[in-house]
Amino acid sequence: MEQVVANGLYLGAQYALIALGLTLIFALMNVLNFAHGQMYVLGGFVTYELYGQMHLPFVVALAASAVTLAVLGGLIERFLFRTVIRRSKREESTMLLAAGVAYFLDALILLLFGEKQRGVPKIVSGVWVSDNLIMPYDRILVGFLAVLFIAAFILMMRYTKPGRAMRALAQDRVAAQLMGVPVEFYSLVGFALGALLAGLVGGLLVAITGVNAGIGGPISIKAFMMVMIGGAGVISGAIAGGFILGMLESVGLSVLHSYGDVTYLVIFAALMAFLSVRPNGLMGKPWG
Amino acid sequence: MARTTLPFRTALFGFASAAAIALNSGPADAANKTLNVGFVGVTSGPAAAWGTSNVRSMQTLAAWLNEKGGVKIGEDDYKINVVTFDDQKDPKRAIAGMEKMAQEGIHYVVGPNVDDGAAAVRPVAEKSGIIYFPYAFPKELYTKPASNAILGMVANYQSAPAIYKYLKEKRGVKTVAFVAANESDPLSQRDGGVAAAKALGLTVVADRDTYENDTRDFTPVLTPIVKLKPDLLVLSGVAPANAPLLIRSARELGYQGLISTETAQDAKVLEEGAGDLANGFISVGGASTPEIRSKTMEEFIDRYTKMFNEYNDESNTKVYALEYIVDTLKANPKAIDNVEEYKKTIDTFSAPNLYLKGENVLRYVGMTSFGQKRQIAVPLVVNEYKDGKFQTLFVADVD
Repeated sequence: MEQVVANGLYLGAQYALIALGLTLIFALMNVLNFAHGQMYVLGGFVTYELYGQMHLPFVVALAASAVTLAVLGGLIERFLFRTVIRRSKREESTMLLAAGVAYFLDALILLLFGEKQRGVPKIVSGVWVSDNLIMPYDRILVGFLAVLFIAAFILMMRYTKPGRAMRALAQDRVAAQLMGVPVEFYSLVGFALGALLAGLVGGLLVAITGVNAGIGGPISIKAFMMVMIGGAGVISGAIAGGFILGMLESVGLSVLHSYGDVTYLVIFAALMAFLSVRPNGLMGKPWG
Repeated sequence: MARTTLPFRTALFGFASAAAIALNSGPADAANKTLNVGFVGVTSGPAAAWGTSNVRSMQTLAAWLNEKGGVKIGEDDYKINVVTFDDQKDPKRAIAGMEKMAQEGIHYVVGPNVDDGAAAVRPVAEKSGIIYFPYAFPKELYTKPASNAILGMVANYQSAPAIYKYLKEKRGVKTVAFVAANESDPLSQRDGGVAAAKALGLTVVADRDTYENDTRDFTPVLTPIVKLKPDLLVLSGVAPANAPLLIRSARELGYQGLISTETAQDAKVLEEGAGDLANGFISVGGASTPEIRSKTMEEFIDRYTKMFNEYNDESNTKVYALEYIVDTLKANPKAIDNVEEYKKTIDTFSAPNLYLKGENVLRYVGMTSFGQKRQIAVPLVVNEYKDGKFQTLFVADVD
């Protein structure tokens, strides 16, 4: 049982970090960023190239993944989403744009990095073994870093000026603008931060699960599930959604394994029932 | 502004369309002596390595043959052109790909790479007069009344008994656990593997465990299986992208037994994804080993490597499909645009196999498994991964 719980907590930490960026962008701009998974993949490939191929320190590669995606996210917001939001009154325009960006990044990643699964050398060797629990040290480190990044993000949102500005923006865009918050600037910062988080977790997890060009879509779907569970646009909701999904997967795969692949069937059925009762997810409305 | 740019865009689109049509004109178009051979398969996503090795093998061989002046079929010399379509492992896209081949008048297509794709394209292929070479195992594709599909490799129900028998006799395997992705290919391969293991008297301790194909962390999937401590863990139909992740998770959970699969794998992917943890992993390899390959195969490998900066062991098998198509057309030139003529030639076809040392021949097989010759003859090579390379475990024949 200890192993199942540990697996769930580890999965939950990485899932929560994946979902954070998605929910941040949704909260600030009301944009469903379908390209979140592709941004994760791009972050993974940056770390793969720098750490796996050029043998730079992992920390440098991880930072490069984060910065690359932050810059890309900023550019996407400035030149694509801002333009579309300004010109179109229809919400689906941004959804279509996000889908277009996802397909574009998919094709670009395939072109730049090829179709193969890629992996990097382990960042820490060895396995921690006790009577009831086996956990490789690299997973422990990655889980710890994921929790650390989540904590840093929460503190930043709570106690810094940009964090407060983005929270204000998420609560009421018009009111924030009337109070003197430069909404366009903080929209750009928020989108870049969301993309940075995707790149960061992509770079972090390439050391455990590797990366390939085709996983962006499934990553996005999983991230949306977590956000739906927790409540769209709510940071604590995304974190809760991530840990709940991680734990459901771990427990389901352990308890239901002898019945075939019913774990996700059960999860989806439970999600449908849950959303019919609480359509806004666990935490309800934005920021609050 | 829009009014001034629209005619230009329209003209540009029209020109692009016309150019595309002109460049893709008919397949066996004797006027320009080009033999178009299609590929419909997966070249993106977790199973991309399977289709990519197909396409690259075809492109390498086509370039090589074209460099020598093309191939003489009947009285005419033909340059070979490979027309590719990425079905993304999606049966709907596979159908679209086969329809595209039909529209372009192509009669010979390599692929698809997986069961559901191969089954999905069957009606289009049969209606449009296309012979296709799937890397998929459902027997219905190759048994009567089906007649247009020719299996391009060794099927798992042919390789699994040989592998399990070897491991039982040489490595003392008594218990086996199976894990498969929740998709038609891996599940049917798992069922075939379970039947083969039971027929050999092995004890199957797990045969229901599955995972989603896009799983990134397999530790929760493998935790209950590793507890059973099987002598052999079979990764049924595992995609090359998932194999290193599964191996790594199993080893990190303390699994000490053997791990095998009946699908082909990529040594580079295993090395990057699992490193030393993949040592000892057993898989079906490309149909050539250093001991049995000829100088022609060595030159093919050299050309492929120069063209794509890397080589995939599986291409030792994938090179054969185009070779069989060309040599069968040479044997019966009437088949250039008539697949019924091709089918007539299959039963008696024989040509030298230039890729193997000694007196080996290309021939169609499959009587034992399918009741008709709807499989190309390639050696069954079983590999063991060791320090970044595959080593030959044993070689066997099919049929």
